[in-house]
Amino acid sequence: MASKNDPFQFQEFDEAGTLLESNRDAVTISIDDEDLKSKKQRSAVGFAQDVGDEEPLINEDREELLSGQKKNAPFWTFEYYQKFFDIETHHVKERILGSLVPWPGKNFIQVHLRKNPDLYGPFWICTTLVFAIAISGNLSTFLRYFGNSNYKYTAEFGKVSIAATAIFSYAWLVPLGLWGLLLWRSNKILNLVSYSFMEIVCVYGYSLAVYIPAVVLWIPHVEWLRWLSIVVALCLSSSVLVMTFWPALRDDHPKVIIATVAGIVLLNGLLAVGCKMYFFSEPKLGPGHVSPPAAKITNGTSS
Amino acid sequence: MASAEEASRPFAGLSDVSISEEIPVEGDIAVPVGPSTRDDEFSTLDEPVKETIVRDLRAVGNKFIHVLYPKRSSALLRDWDLWGPLLLCVTLALLLQGGAADSDDQGGPQFAEVFVIIWFGSIVITLNSKLLGGTISFFQSLCVLGYCIMPLTVALIVCRIVLLSGSGKVSFAVRLGVVTASFGWSTFASTAFLADSHLTNRKALVVYPVFLFYFVIGWMILTFSPGN
Repeated sequence: MASKNDPFQFQEFDEAGTLLESNRDAVTISIDDEDLKSKKQRSAVGFAQDVGDEEPLINEDREELLSGQKKNAPFWTFEYYQKFFDIETHHVKERILGSLVPWPGKNFIQVHLRKNPDLYGPFWICTTLVFAIAISGNLSTFLRYFGNSNYKYTAEFGKVSIAATAIFSYAWLVPLGLWGLLLWRSNKILNLVSYSFMEIVCVYGYSLAVYIPAVVLWIPHVEWLRWLSIVVALCLSSSVLVMTFWPALRDDHPKVIIATVAGIVLLNGLLAVGCKMYFFSEPKLGPGHVSPPAAKITNGTSS
Repeated sequence: MASAEEASRPFAGLSDVSISEEIPVEGDIAVPVGPSTRDDEFSTLDEPVKETIVRDLRAVGNKFIHVLYPKRSSALLRDWDLWGPLLLCVTLALLLQGGAADSDDQGGPQFAEVFVIIWFGSIVITLNSKLLGGTISFFQSLCVLGYCIMPLTVALIVCRIVLLSGSGKVSFAVRLGVVTASFGWSTFASTAFLADSHLTNRKALVVYPVFLFYFVIGWMILTFSPGN
């Protein structure tokens, strides 16, 4: 029989999880397998968020201590970026589906990202969108003038670079601004939900995924179909974004909330409508003379 | 007590063993010099220039054949070189010129645009697969991606020949078929070489950028229209 007062007698201690359940305020450290540890933390964070405010912070400290090698690589090394590609195919599929079908109450960052933001999805979704816009714009211009003997088909290859500039700057600058805004507001208002910059970039990147089928739907010259697909895509994309940022904003001043939400939706809409206007507009046809839409903008043409 | 002391000293039982001086210790310390002719065989400094060029051309041609019949061989990976990709890229870019040549506005892709897309695209795909944990090295991946452009280059040559006979619907259908087939061949060939080095649950993540890359090149080939 082990006497509890004898310091040299071997004593059994409960697992960290059961100790934590009995006494919520205790800080427990258990030396365990690192894999097991991160799994426990992830499940603990899940149901602990409605229990108390201390839990996520304690778990975050532990996570940071134990997975220290994850956070310490300086940003100019290869290893720093490697941790943003630590995902598998089914993760990417889930995240894309989660951005296409926003479920009320499901915060994209909390449900899908779970502290593992990736750069693979945003980068390749933006690249695919760039080429989808350029190719669809080209196809729609071609279909419009099919059979018209005045029309000389051109590939309009310069549009790729313009599309790339627009989409990549949206995907990087708007998250930067939003992150700065959230940082500024979190200094004024005690805010427990804060997102890292990479998580915001990740949400914005995945929210652009809904535009890829929308852009393909713009190929036929049916105006109501185009506007319908813009509206649907805008609704889906904005609702994902708004539902993600709502927990971070809801404790704030009402004017700031309205302004931020309106800004998110407005910028999204601006990107969609701008792309439609620029790449898919009906060019003005003079008799026997075709001017591609971009010729109005490039000054170096002489016609 | 003395025996205990003796036993505790190390090597106690060996104190009366000694090597007598009559036993000679001898050996041969000499560095074996190989035949000097073997060195000459590996030195390529003295061979005629034609032999050097022919050897490199043969290596490039060998890799072309490996792309034509993609099997799980590692020849492309072991002896990588970038001559083949450079040759293919320049050929592709040159053949894509001369279309809608009065390019006062956007016509076909410029020479520099094709170059940038191919090389920058290859570099981005290589970085992507390395970040996903691939074990293939940077230049090996560039080499494979470059060599697998070969079916698309052949398709471009065929397209230009088809376009010589007119650009109606039939020629478009033929060109579409040829470009689609060669695009599929390129993607299949490159994934046959690149896919071994990756984790099985990230394979689609690695293959998709390659697919996009060859799709864009195929699109550039398909939309090539001859100038008047």
